[in-house]
Amino acid sequence: MNRELYGNVIFDLSKPGRRGYYLSPAGCEDALSSIPSDLMRKRQLRLPEVDEPTVVRHYTNMSTNNFGVDTGFYPLGSCTMKYNPKINEEMSSLREFAGLHPFQPIFSVQGALKAYHELQGLLSEIGGMSEFTLNPYAGAQGELTGLMVIRAYHDSRGDKARVKVIVPDSAHGTNPASAAVAGLQVLQVKSLPDGTVDVDALRPLLDETVAAVMMTNPNTVGIFEHNIPEIAEMVHACGALMYYDGANLNPMLGIARPGDMGFDVMHINLHKTFSTPHGGGGPGSGPVGVRAGLEEFLPNPRVKVAEHEGQKIYYITDEETALGRVSSWLGNFAVELRALAYILSLGSEGLKMAGPLATLNANYVKESLRDLYLLPIDRVCKHEFVFDGLIDKSTGVTTLNIAKRLLDHGFHAPTIYFPLLFHESLMIEPTETESIETLDKFISVMRDIAREARETPDVVKDAPHLTPVRKPDDTAAALNPVVTYFQLSQA
Amino acid sequence: MSKIYYAPSHEYVMVDGNIGHVGISDYAQKALGNIVYVDMPEQGDDVTAGEEFGAVESVKAAEDLLSPVSGAVLNINEALIDNPRLLNEDPMGNWIMEVELSDPSELEGLMDEAAYAAYCESESH
Repeated sequence: MNRELYGNVIFDLSKPGRRGYYLSPAGCEDALSSIPSDLMRKRQLRLPEVDEPTVVRHYTNMSTNNFGVDTGFYPLGSCTMKYNPKINEEMSSLREFAGLHPFQPIFSVQGALKAYHELQGLLSEIGGMSEFTLNPYAGAQGELTGLMVIRAYHDSRGDKARVKVIVPDSAHGTNPASAAVAGLQVLQVKSLPDGTVDVDALRPLLDETVAAVMMTNPNTVGIFEHNIPEIAEMVHACGALMYYDGANLNPMLGIARPGDMGFDVMHINLHKTFSTPHGGGGPGSGPVGVRAGLEEFLPNPRVKVAEHEGQKIYYITDEETALGRVSSWLGNFAVELRALAYILSLGSEGLKMAGPLATLNANYVKESLRDLYLLPIDRVCKHEFVFDGLIDKSTGVTTLNIAKRLLDHGFHAPTIYFPLLFHESLMIEPTETESIETLDKFISVMRDIAREARETPDVVKDAPHLTPVRKPDDTAAALNPVVTYFQLSQA
Repeated sequence: MSKIYYAPSHEYVMVDGNIGHVGISDYAQKALGNIVYVDMPEQGDDVTAGEEFGAVESVKAAEDLLSPVSGAVLNINEALIDNPRLLNEDPMGNWIMEVELSDPSELEGLMDEAAYAAYCESESH
């Protein structure tokens, strides 16, 4: 895009009196005069005054600065930025779905309820659970809902002393945050040098005050928690429940099921594993599944099915339950449709290939770069892995510099400085949808950056050189955030 | 003459008599990167050895601060409210809180300068 002409903020383009449309008088001036003056706006709205072509060119040019999985490789670890097949969009925009209203009579939305019921059934099968609610709007809300289910379960048994949730030190920040929002205390358990949970450190923490242990498997460093049966047995023996964070479900699709590993409650991020739009573009969706015996603690509304004269009738229940509702209706329904389209278009055979290919891609990238980048956990990884920066630290080139330099080459940066187990974490997840040509190109750029770090380190340290905005001062942004145009103009 | 002790979670306590000044080590500020926020206790709060007394937030991460000693908070370093980067510029010169030690024997469980240097060496591979 032409930055000189089009790289402005819309307010910079404002000219007093300039407008796109002239509206005729509203014809309700009398009504306006009856509004008490203390409720009337005193100052003009500070809106940009621009003509229509300027608005269109401004936003069209801005939109070409977007980076997404539709424009390039996006190896953002722990986010599973897989390609979102376009058939998902087509299915969710079918008029029969897109035109629905939540207050329509039940008999007129049988297809939509069937889609909801079918997806919760498929997720239950994939997760090894008894029933899913699709209602939570995102992964973090799913976690909160799952923990509320666990609390409701303990409360229903009069077991009110269970106030603690144990999370591994490699956990996503949402785990302790969700536990705190659910009114529970958080205890951290250490990882072993190989990245898995330290069973001996966990054992003494387990007592009658523990409500749940939250785990991600494979964990945040991409390693399968091979002690999971032993951990589940210990946790259940103390009366607590096992919570599965579905962030890393992708490599297990159709291969292994959290329910079979002893997990009682889980959430899934449809926007990760099931190829629905992600990140700022969302919205997300965080269905929650429970094992048999916990269904009554799921939130309202629930979709059920009955047989009537040989026909299936779908209906919604809104029973008196511990949780009530966590969302106004049946969650982000259009997102659920995309996930259903994904599952049905891949089929069980296709779904079973996603995990092995994601695993193969991650290991291919890892093995191709480990002579230059420090691999702190040297094992076969699952869908993702972590480097601890460059092996050669003498150049002063940091993970942040490497991430910025990747932008110059048209790649989205991997996840950086997470997990906190290492100082220079660079967390790479290629996903199954990338070709070997894309992976090879990424590997060759990563190798070039390592060479630049040795030969011309300033090129890496001063990166990015080719992005529309070069180097934002993230310290100043955190200390003195400027979030509106008027703050900027006053600064 | 004050003496410096370190905790494995990278806080130090500089002790003079029964008064301790608690801050984060140079190793910790380097690992965190540019610090943008410090969450501090209030004057008069009681802190417990090994337990959280605040947090530091940098452009990379947010970390809990664990108190190396138990006691009452006499003062906090108010300069850090407006200028948290003081912790990057001079971590040993900019303590976070001043504590009246309730149990000086806790110091025996902490590391001295030499032991802490060796500990940091082992932490960074």
